Amino acid sequence: MSSNEVSRRNFLRVAGLAGTALCLGFYFPSSAEEATIINTNGAADADIEMNPWIYIHTNGKVTLFNHRAEMGQGSYQSVPQIIAEELEVDLKDIIVASAQGNKKYGNQVTGGSSTIRSGYKNLLKLSATARVMLITVAATKWGVPAGDCYAESGHVIHKITNKKFHYGELVEEAAKLPAPKDVVLKKTSEYKLIRKPLKRLDTPMKTNGTAIFGLDKKLPGMLYAAVERNPRLRGTVKSFDDSAALKVPGVKRVFKVKMLVFKTYREGVAVVATSTWAALQGKKALKVEWDDTGFEHISTPVIYQRQQELLKSSEGLFLSKQGNPNETLGKSKDTLDVVYQTPYQSHSPMEPVNCVAHYQDDKLEIWGPIQAPDWVQDYISTEMKLPREKVIVNMTFLGGGFGRKAFMDYPHEASVISKEMGTPIQVIWTREDDATQGPYRPGISYRCQGAVTNGEITALKFRMCGQNNDHWRNGAKSNQANRSTSEGFLKPYYESIKDVSFAEVQFETPIPTMWWRSVYASTNGFAYESFLDELAVQAGKDPLDLRRQHLKDERSQKLIDKMEEVSGWKNRKKNEGYGVAITECFASTVGQIVKVSKDQNGKLKIDQVWAVMDCGWYVNPDIIKAQVEGSIVMALGAATIHEITFKDGLVEQRNFYDYKMPRITDIPPIEVHIMENTADAGGVGEPGLPAFTPALTNAIFDLTGTRIRKLPFDLKNI
Amino acid sequence: MIKLNINQKVHQIDADPEMPLLWAIRDLVGLTGTKFGCGVAQCGACVVHLNGEAVRSCVTKLKRAQGQQITTIEGLSENNDHPLQIAWNEVSVPQCGYCHSGQIMSAAVLLIEKPNPTDEDIDNAMAGNICRCGTYPRIRKAIHMAAEMQKKGGV
Repeated sequence: MSSNEVSRRNFLRVAGLAGTALCLGFYFPSSAEEATIINTNGAADADIEMNPWIYIHTNGKVTLFNHRAEMGQGSYQSVPQIIAEELEVDLKDIIVASAQGNKKYGNQVTGGSSTIRSGYKNLLKLSATARVMLITVAATKWGVPAGDCYAESGHVIHKITNKKFHYGELVEEAAKLPAPKDVVLKKTSEYKLIRKPLKRLDTPMKTNGTAIFGLDKKLPGMLYAAVERNPRLRGTVKSFDDSAALKVPGVKRVFKVKMLVFKTYREGVAVVATSTWAALQGKKALKVEWDDTGFEHISTPVIYQRQQELLKSSEGLFLSKQGNPNETLGKSKDTLDVVYQTPYQSHSPMEPVNCVAHYQDDKLEIWGPIQAPDWVQDYISTEMKLPREKVIVNMTFLGGGFGRKAFMDYPHEASVISKEMGTPIQVIWTREDDATQGPYRPGISYRCQGAVTNGEITALKFRMCGQNNDHWRNGAKSNQANRSTSEGFLKPYYESIKDVSFAEVQFETPIPTMWWRSVYASTNGFAYESFLDELAVQAGKDPLDLRRQHLKDERSQKLIDKMEEVSGWKNRKKNEGYGVAITECFASTVGQIVKVSKDQNGKLKIDQVWAVMDCGWYVNPDIIKAQVEGSIVMALGAATIHEITFKDGLVEQRNFYDYKMPRITDIPPIEVHIMENTADAGGVGEPGLPAFTPALTNAIFDLTGTRIRKLPFDLKNI
Repeated sequence: MIKLNINQKVHQIDADPEMPLLWAIRDLVGLTGTKFGCGVAQCGACVVHLNGEAVRSCVTKLKRAQGQQITTIEGLSENNDHPLQIAWNEVSVPQCGYCHSGQIMSAAVLLIEKPNPTDEDIDNAMAGNICRCGTYPRIRKAIHMAAEMQKKGGV
């Protein structure tokens, strides 16, 4: 029996599947980008590290292994919606299971808004392949040409006689066939499910308390752990006094733990108890002395002062450069040179990070709200010195992620504590832990320079100074610019503006940073699209016309037409401020227009937000609208309500009372439109975010003449 | 021992009377629909009903809750068919879904007190519930829809 055979049987067992089923999966040949689809019943013979993706059972039900996390973005709906379309089954007959972390699923990191755009072509092909195999079996049984048969609603039907087979009746035979190559996929016009605003499959379990998030995972004999960590984010424990903690009823043990945060170890003191409450009480009773020698006690004003001094003196490392912006800026009479500033931010998912781990017999199983199960498997196997196959990583539903839950510190903590205790452990972070420990979106300063000659923009020079999220991973080199320096900026601008450059002025602090929804586009978009607005004013141009003039490609032109049409941009009244911004993020383009005015008391209010999303081929328009609405709310919070600040190396915010969130009372009317085209699918979960803030601040300028270059700002005090 | 009456069922709990109801419900009774979000009554993820009032279970001590009628999201309806649950599904309100037990429990008290809530009533009742995914426009829409359903007496 080969190891693949073992893993498949194990898989069937884990999934609670028994009996015959048609199992199809992908396999990623090492040399190819595109997956090869295989009948996994034969995979063991072929000695392929196969990856069962869909099982069609003898009762006609389909089990789908969702390789990505469900963290709100809707993969639990959109992946089945794709499968059901080409497989011709009813959505109600699809059972969605979360796949475990394993390289055989390819990249499983739920980030970069990539679940659909990286997977949809394979998923369509996989489902169509299964359909063709089932039709082939039915046609053979009837002795008729396959061309006379079609599939619908979990059945194969013979067009001429109307004879029917239920899929369940065909799977046993189909399981013996090799997967055909080059199946024909439906045209967009033939879709019955895709592009329809179907209701999410995960809603019912999210309205009656049955959805299991990480924090809801319970195991027999499980104990609860809370950890007190160095409030200065790095460093070690000098000593601790646990006498009071051990007196708390329910507290079992107190001990030192450490986990890797980037390239340094962060130490903490773990309190293990019989309930979360006891663990939290025990943690409060601890007295710990910390040693953070070697880590600077940095404060927020110093961060920005240093960034902006560097931006004055350093050209930085060029990410891209066309023409010669320095020369053009030097000889132009009409130039602008300004600095934009964006704050550090916390992800603050509603479910604070937490993780269950069970270490026994040199094997480790993990359950948690995890964005990157394959990374966790790799990382934990290295850190815990276990072979990869001895580390099993299970994804629960995520109560929000936004980038935070692609980080490895909390599964690592749970693993270390479970190994020490020899029992299953749930480690829970409090809201205060979440706010004060990071990782954070990095705070950034931008220096933006531009030249206008004869009413036209002739040069753009952008420099970004802020921490590079990649520095903790392998990707970034000290002699290479942050690859995300120009994220958010639309490529067609390069066609119409001769001299353009983007550079990174490198900057580091001990503060841990991590992707935050839409990553650098979330801050770049504000700086770059606000600055274009400044140049439009300088050039005496209408800001929307300026975009139309520069973004000459057909998709941008159509997007701008739509924005103009839905917002009534041309018919705006004198006492209304309109602002526009268009940004690119993860292969989608989003344009937003914000309308503001002042109420009778002179207070500024946001009257309306119009967002137009061009994400190419798409699955579910209602999920797209929801994602854009949510992105706008998140952007509103980061622009006008909250920020993370540091004083003497300590984070100054602790909970939602001082890291405030947008609430239902803060939300303007939001209207979302989707462009209809079938270009390659772009991202959906994040691209709605970056354009909002510059559209808002540009609208405020339009109404009041006040240019906002520093976030966050107080909307009530304009 | 502390006696808790949760969703019409009595549980005898061996716990510190100072323990917040949230942790007793989740860790000791094993009903995990009620969520932990902040621990300091700021976010509303932990809202349950105590004798019909919306309370934040993260700051409601067991000594206050004992012997009272407690309803959690699991006890709001038999078949996930409270008008709010139906409306939440119709409108596809949740994204990550983590805060929605608390959102629905807050809205359920609103609909009893104000069967025809205005936008302002909704603002007042729901301002204590944070949704980081930003589902607020849909929460508003679904509450209005549930109120309509309730008015028609269909549910």
